[in-house]
Amino acid sequence: MEPTSTLVSIAFAHNELNYSEQAMGGTCSGVPHIVAAIGLVAALPFSAAEQDDRLHCATPPGISGGRLVSVSRFEPRTLNWVVASDMGSREVLQFLMADLIHINRDTQKPEPALARSWTVSADGRHWVLDLRRGLQFSDGHPFDADDVLFTFQVIFDERSHSPQRDLLTLEGKPIAVRKLGQYRVAFDLPVARAVADRLFDRVYILPRHKLEAACKAGRIAAAWSLSTPPSEIAGLGPFRLKSYTAGQQTTLERNPHYWKIDAAGRVLPYLDEVTFVVGGSEDNQVLRFQNGESDVINRVSAKDYAVLEAGQSRRGYELRDLGASMEVAVLVFNLSDLPASTSPELRLHQSFLRHKSLRQAISAAIDRAAIVRLVYRGRATALAGPVPPGNHEWLNTRLPSPVRSLDRARQLLTADGFQFRNGQLFDRAGKPVEFSILVSNSTPERQQVATMIQDDLKPLGIRVNLVPMDFPSIGERLTRTRQFEAAMAGFATPDADPNPDLAIYLSSGGNHLWNPSQKSPASPWEAEIDDLMRRQQVELKYGERKRLFDRVQEIMAQNLPMIPLVSPNILVGAKRNLGNFRPSLLEPHTLWNLDQLYWRSPGAGGR
Amino acid sequence: MTRRVRIAAGVLFALHAVVLLAGFFAPYDYDEQHRDYPYAPPTRVRMFDPQGRFHLRPFVYGSVQKLPSGEYREDHSRIYPVRFFPDGRLFGVADPGVLFLCGTDGFGRDVFSRVLYGGRISILSGLLATLIALTLGTIAGTLAGFYGGWMDRVLMRTGELFLALPWLYLLLGIRAMLPLHIQPGQAFALVVVVIGTMGWVRPARLIRGMTLTARESAYVLAARGFGASSVYVIRRHILPMTWSVILTQATILIPQFIRAEVTLSFLGLGIAEPMPSWGNMLAEARQYFAIVSHSWMLAPGFALIPLLLGYLVLADSLLAAGASDANQDS
Repeated sequence: MEPTSTLVSIAFAHNELNYSEQAMGGTCSGVPHIVAAIGLVAALPFSAAEQDDRLHCATPPGISGGRLVSVSRFEPRTLNWVVASDMGSREVLQFLMADLIHINRDTQKPEPALARSWTVSADGRHWVLDLRRGLQFSDGHPFDADDVLFTFQVIFDERSHSPQRDLLTLEGKPIAVRKLGQYRVAFDLPVARAVADRLFDRVYILPRHKLEAACKAGRIAAAWSLSTPPSEIAGLGPFRLKSYTAGQQTTLERNPHYWKIDAAGRVLPYLDEVTFVVGGSEDNQVLRFQNGESDVINRVSAKDYAVLEAGQSRRGYELRDLGASMEVAVLVFNLSDLPASTSPELRLHQSFLRHKSLRQAISAAIDRAAIVRLVYRGRATALAGPVPPGNHEWLNTRLPSPVRSLDRARQLLTADGFQFRNGQLFDRAGKPVEFSILVSNSTPERQQVATMIQDDLKPLGIRVNLVPMDFPSIGERLTRTRQFEAAMAGFATPDADPNPDLAIYLSSGGNHLWNPSQKSPASPWEAEIDDLMRRQQVELKYGERKRLFDRVQEIMAQNLPMIPLVSPNILVGAKRNLGNFRPSLLEPHTLWNLDQLYWRSPGAGGR
Repeated sequence: MTRRVRIAAGVLFALHAVVLLAGFFAPYDYDEQHRDYPYAPPTRVRMFDPQGRFHLRPFVYGSVQKLPSGEYREDHSRIYPVRFFPDGRLFGVADPGVLFLCGTDGFGRDVFSRVLYGGRISILSGLLATLIALTLGTIAGTLAGFYGGWMDRVLMRTGELFLALPWLYLLLGIRAMLPLHIQPGQAFALVVVVIGTMGWVRPARLIRGMTLTARESAYVLAARGFGASSVYVIRRHILPMTWSVILTQATILIPQFIRAEVTLSFLGLGIAEPMPSWGNMLAEARQYFAIVSHSWMLAPGFALIPLLLGYLVLADSLLAAGASDANQDS
């Protein structure tokens, strides 16, 4: 389960706040500001002479040339960003396109991208963005405000079925976009949003000259398919499409019109080509990386990390454990009203799980420390609440650490009328307590965690049936048919801010997996979460937002509609010869600064 | 009986006996987790200590895991003598010592014990599915061959339909329709019934052929001439002729069906955790890290080899014996 949107944070003191590249300290690097300043000074003569409006990156200059190979788990399904919702497509498209304001994956702060600066009204509803001048798409066509307007028109066109539309629709109303000049655009939000600049991250600007005809004909959703000639596809990203071979690979080539330059005044990116080879599985990714057939590995399990670690020194690659991630593994329960066709057995089992005391007892009985040790070899963190420990700014550190306690679990159950007889737990009506857990059969780690939970609950006399299923079937049961009792799930938040996770916390949200899309909150604690989330959404002061969100985490930890289990560390790797390699906790972990990566010496591990 | 066949029969007998008596031969229960020993390598059973002294009773050392590498080192500070017949089992060591002859899986469960218990599932499913297939095949083949006509056509066309069914997808469909709370016993029964039901066609065709020949033989015609009923003729004269085919088919089908169960469990369609079967055990071993770093996880695969070979040797010899009998008759 991947949550969706993006947004918020920062305190306002004046009527209107001005953000610019310089004011925000350089950009695109995450290096100290002083270095950024040096970079800007170095590039100044060039900028002045050429009326250059390109973004100056302060990262250490690299060497141009070479090719980078990455093995992907998934193949792209489309080259049309508007309709792309799969990992394979997004992995490639993010390097072909660019956004107005971008969240730096290193600092986790928004920074200027295609918009060089912006102002925001005191109420946080009206945003005016100044665009960079003189920029060109990868086919050489100039970029201006019309492309921005066109992009938002496409997103809000119902015929496009764009997944972005929901993210840019606030309280049921779309964000209004107005053109104020050739390089100036205004955005009017229907409701105030704290740090709405984060909304623009990954809203990639489309070339109007290429797609307007398809849009007018109502065929935008079908445009830019995998069979579209590369010359027909243009973007503002560091690379452009060179070739796509079905089932094999996608090759990108350097975009000569890219709008970022390095500290030495050289146009980025450094690499001539990037190839995404379709691997299909983590095993394949690991094997190819180990054999030197790929140059980076974006995400690897702790067990495969241990295998790769053994050959680290002699095979010329380096691995990095980035620590606690932005991901959480949870055991989610079905607390919604079940459809009439539901079996009596499922109804009975759900009636057990509706008891808060049982959910709390299950949580107390789970040995998270053992999960961390056995499944993740110590490279994970046991969770006390729903926010991953990698999200330092928003984590409620006052939640008690999760320690296994069977005594506490038994106390909770007996206090609520459950009885233990002959090693089995019975509810007040004398029914034996049991339930099933759906688990994806393509995620070995989650299967292992589920098996451990099954074993952990034995001493409480709770019988657990594991039901391995393919991932789409689980998704179908969780989001549509609701035919499940409990399921292993994972959430990977795309941003450090809580607002992208609104769909999880709000009772009306589609990702509120324990009881999604409610018309009105089914329980008082869900109503309180709704209220808190809505308040933090419009609150502009970080401290107050943090206080509100801390309370949300407390409520979640008390009521446990989904039991937080562990957050795995981000484990990545790359060839040692790859310059500027600075993996981040946020996706895409390894290639977020692909435009700045370079081969230190083409002979030693470079291509 | 040739020496080759005697060896095969001996190996099969030993394997079946060990698996059947898994509770005695296995030092641990199949679901007993030793969480301090995930992916522990096979324990070395020793007769000599570090000082070179011989111990009459074999012994093992404790071991400690290092994280995050997951490697183990032996702790020589204490020895744990191997005990025989402790608690109704063949062997074991006193706590906190551990004895994992084939190492452990990711939960610290003894792979050797799980291979034995898992063998019960895999072998029993092969035997039961064969029983179902041969029973159905014998009934269908005999009826089709003996009565002929519309019954023959209906049964044989039905058989062709069964051969054309994509049974893996059929099983997937049945599994999706079943309630979530399918017990391990029910899952086992489902696998056995599906495999057995899909496998009746081949023996049915062979038995039909034999019945067609037998019903025209002089002694059958004579029996009918004396007024013997169809049931009597089938029971007294036809079925005894098919025993050799049934036996040969059994030796061919059992390994096929064991492999089918292993495949289904490997794909997650058979017995679910924590019950072991050779298929679901091999599913864990298919991951790259397991093959590279924990090769003992492949133990169920190695257990399959002598079992399948044993049955194939038996089938070969029975086929050869059948062919030589046919030559002598002609």
